[in-house]
Amino acid sequence: MMHQKSVLRVVSKLLIPPILLFALYVQFHGDFGPGGGFQAGVIFAAAFILYGLIFGIANARRTVPASATRTMLALGVLLYAGTGVWTMLLGGEFLDYNYLASTPIAGQHLGILLVELGVGITVAGAMMSIFYTFAAQTLDGDEDIEEEV
Amino acid sequence: MAEQSNMFLILLVIIPLIASPVCVLLRNATAAWAVSMAVAWSVFGIAIKLVNDLSASNQVLYYRIGGWDAPWGIEYALDKVGGLVILVVSIIGALSLVYAKRSVEKEIPPERIYLFYAMLMLCLSGLLGIVITGDAFNLFVFLEISSLSSYVLISLGKDKRALTSAFNYLIMGTIGATFYIIGVGMMYMMTGTLNMADLSTILPAVADSKTVMVALAFLTVGISLKLALFPLHAWLPGAYAFAPSVVTVFLAATATKVSLYVLIRIFFTVFGKVDVFETFPIQPVLLVMALAAMFIASLAAIWQQNIKRMLAYSSIAQIGYMVLGVAIATEAGLTGGIIHIFNHALMKGSLFMAVGAMAYGAGITTVSDMAGMGRRMPLLMAAFVVGGLSLIGVPLTVGFVSKWALVSAALDAQMWPLAALILLSSLLAIIYVWRVVEIAYLKPAPENAPKPSAVPLSMLIPTWVLALASIWFGANATFTMNMAGSAARHLMGGY
Repeated sequence: MMHQKSVLRVVSKLLIPPILLFALYVQFHGDFGPGGGFQAGVIFAAAFILYGLIFGIANARRTVPASATRTMLALGVLLYAGTGVWTMLLGGEFLDYNYLASTPIAGQHLGILLVELGVGITVAGAMMSIFYTFAAQTLDGDEDIEEEV
Repeated sequence: MAEQSNMFLILLVIIPLIASPVCVLLRNATAAWAVSMAVAWSVFGIAIKLVNDLSASNQVLYYRIGGWDAPWGIEYALDKVGGLVILVVSIIGALSLVYAKRSVEKEIPPERIYLFYAMLMLCLSGLLGIVITGDAFNLFVFLEISSLSSYVLISLGKDKRALTSAFNYLIMGTIGATFYIIGVGMMYMMTGTLNMADLSTILPAVADSKTVMVALAFLTVGISLKLALFPLHAWLPGAYAFAPSVVTVFLAATATKVSLYVLIRIFFTVFGKVDVFETFPIQPVLLVMALAAMFIASLAAIWQQNIKRMLAYSSIAQIGYMVLGVAIATEAGLTGGIIHIFNHALMKGSLFMAVGAMAYGAGITTVSDMAGMGRRMPLLMAAFVVGGLSLIGVPLTVGFVSKWALVSAALDAQMWPLAALILLSSLLAIIYVWRVVEIAYLKPAPENAPKPSAVPLSMLIPTWVLALASIWFGANATFTMNMAGSAARHLMGGY
């Protein structure tokens, strides 16, 4: 192992929880202020990427395995498309949020929340997958993350 | 909007779109194949229903996403050109999936097969989305979905060169998509709208501005890159030659056709009321490129050793015929171009399927490997011959119908030399098809050639379905001619 940079380790340990919290704020406050699913997903993934940079890719993969990031990728898309299908089942058109709740305004709120959550989950999964793939190249040469699933 | 929303339009896109993450979550090759298979065939069913609706109502079908009205929200619109193209994409999609199971098991590592199906579903969804969307920006999104997934699909090929080919395609395809979006941005700058129908009503007022002219240039070049129109075709031969067999079948029969559809949509819908061919010097450029593709790519095909590469060059030549039809820019010319979209998908689909199945059974990759194939794999070789005859344009095959339509369009438009050149370029097709046929039937197999393993019925049947379809629609072209003819009439009359 390399030198133990205690400053980096302590500071990143302190930073990771607020980063995750800020990601959730950007996610769920997105319909009132600046933000939304994409930004939140990137910030959320940044916390894990920081963890991977400081404590090593092996530890990061133990926390969130590659299979989990792939599941996140799929789940986010399903949540987005599923919301659209749900509105169709309720009698509206694809992604017509008006049908989601008793009043159109509540429906629009709920709809954008669900869809942006889907975007957030997928983006976070994608960012982590990209990071793992690149980091694994230097770690173990030809070994492919996919074979580890 | 007065028209009723047609729910099936959106289902066409979201069913494969949802199937893709489902395949990822299933993590099992057989389950992913079963899901994709069910999806591809239901998409085919929906496409038939939509084409029926189109012929019954004789109107454009619409869908409003999220309940927002047209110029503001995203609108899906399907007319008869689109109907024919979704029919092509969904037929090939459905047959490819039947073909895929065994072919993929042999060519792709087992732990990646479910991801392969996820990508195939995304690609299908993207291609269908391009066709049915009525929004220029939404089209870009679907273009990216289908392109990105096809880069991945190509890179899954067994040969290491698949990776460099996929990377080449990635670079060229991204430049193409960027050019397209620059063009859309410039149109948006002048009109403030992205809806195609809305664009077509506003564009005539600003058509003589430099911005719109540059926009059209960017759009044409960008789409020509995706279309592999000569001389922007350099990415295609490698991509088709090294991709897994079923990917080559699927992309060769659908992806370039969908790009041609986009070109038609831009010229005749978005710029439909501007009369692009009068205002801008597009016709001579397209004519020269199309003719160059027909001759240079056919000549290149004659010299190829790798058989998939040879067929890929032949595809570039055939794209030339389609663009030629568009460039003649009369109703008859467009009919020829549009009908060749359908016909070429049938013949190239069956050719690539036959070659893929022969690679599966006997491991052939080059033209000289084909020695003795006429005896060793008679059924597949016969399907290859049917496809080859169709490429040449022999009567009673779909190739004849296309060439007949194009030649008579050229004659109608008083472009005599063009008609002669179409016939002349067919002679080149005879050479490259005959070269393979001669080796396969007249040259004996080498002594030490291992006995070819049996090719599963799931690969043989789709090959023959397409081969027989190319005879059926060649002998009885009423349905396709009517469809292409009314599509062309609709396009020439504006949206």
